[in-house]
Amino acid sequence: MAGTALRGRLTWLAGEVAALIDEAPGVRSLVLEVPGWPGHRPGQHVDVRLTAEDGYQAQRSYSIAAPADGERVILTVERLDDGEVSPYLVDELRPGDEIELRGPIGGWFVWEPALGGPLQLVAGGSGVVPLMAMLRARAAAGTAVPARLLLSSRSLEEIIYREELAALEGRADGLRVTYALTRTQPPGWTGYRRRVDREMLAEEVWPPGERPHCFVCGPTGLVEAAASAMVGLGHEPGRVKTERFGPMGGS
Amino acid sequence: MARISRGFRGRGRAADPARVPPGQYVTDDFPVLSAGPTPEISLDDWRLTIAGEIDAPVSLTWDELQALASEEVTTDIHCVTKWSKLDTAWTGVSVDTLLEGIDTAAEYALVHSYGGYTTNLPLEDLTGGRAWVAYAYGGAPLEPEHGGPARLLVPHLYFWKSAKWVRAIELRADDEPGFWEGYGYHNYGDPWQEQRYAGD
Repeated sequence: MAGTALRGRLTWLAGEVAALIDEAPGVRSLVLEVPGWPGHRPGQHVDVRLTAEDGYQAQRSYSIAAPADGERVILTVERLDDGEVSPYLVDELRPGDEIELRGPIGGWFVWEPALGGPLQLVAGGSGVVPLMAMLRARAAAGTAVPARLLLSSRSLEEIIYREELAALEGRADGLRVTYALTRTQPPGWTGYRRRVDREMLAEEVWPPGERPHCFVCGPTGLVEAAASAMVGLGHEPGRVKTERFGPMGGS
Repeated sequence: MARISRGFRGRGRAADPARVPPGQYVTDDFPVLSAGPTPEISLDDWRLTIAGEIDAPVSLTWDELQALASEEVTTDIHCVTKWSKLDTAWTGVSVDTLLEGIDTAAEYALVHSYGGYTTNLPLEDLTGGRAWVAYAYGGAPLEPEHGGPARLLVPHLYFWKSAKWVRAIELRADDEPGFWEGYGYHNYGDPWQEQRYAGD
């Protein structure tokens, strides 16, 4: 489990909001221009820092949604109604505003095209964000590394990046996207209608014999259940990389 | 000099700066952060080994750990992902107790977990009543996702140093970076100095 060390101090950089993209209800992408940005790898995250007029500061971590592209950094943020920072980022931020960020952070939960495949992605809700960076990197590299994404969402409207995921799948270059809608389903829905479980993973995840690189991201309950079930299905624990957010029993 | 975020007010000012380190916010939840699946560990197979710079490794079974004098510890914990949780209540065995009678010239420790995780600390941060191997939280057996059956508890450092699913304390003459330390997190991790990442 040896890592690739980051070197040098991570300094706070100013990022100017170049564009804002509404992705789903309460979910917005921030397209930032960050002079001095050192680049990053798909799956890494940043710390964001906000400063009030009286000097009060708040920091949070957010996943980067797209692969390195010069000084451009795209974050996708879900508003947590009881949150302190995400409501500001989703509701208040305007083009031309500046926020501070530093990074990239992390290095374990990373996939790059050179790592090869097959690639297995499992996400719940906004857990798809770092996985989208991987899929966008895969598309940008023009590789046909076989890849699967199983994405759980409460409803069709709440799926983040749905149109872009359809377009990526439409390239017919070896990506398969499957949805599980846990709360409401549109008429005629043929996908899954329940939370991610062992049976679903047995059907959707690459067999352990294919030795997929597995990345699981989402609320703690989903990640605990999915990662444990994948180990139970025979995947090596060291090939199931996870990122969790929230407490146990959270939504 | 930090830039003002237009229109940001924030609401964390009520936090007591004597208890909540810089850049942290207080939560009542107990978030779970782990780099991989939660390992399944049977108590029959569980061992805690102290090895490295000592005459001979020492290995404790689960029953042997339970037979040692335990302590109730109520303390604040601080995660590098910015949350702090106040007045968490643990039961465990002081690392001082585990090291009693062990003669070592080691200055560092590399702590190993079931599942492959590691983290490094100066040995003096594990001793002097500042670190425990904890097996209960809030009076109940420690849940697997929070590090059960037993985890290290080193509350004066960021919580990634409090290795979940602890299985060995390797005493070392030299300092070997652990898992997150190898990925750019700070080698020491003092929350009061906001030592989150290398160079902080």
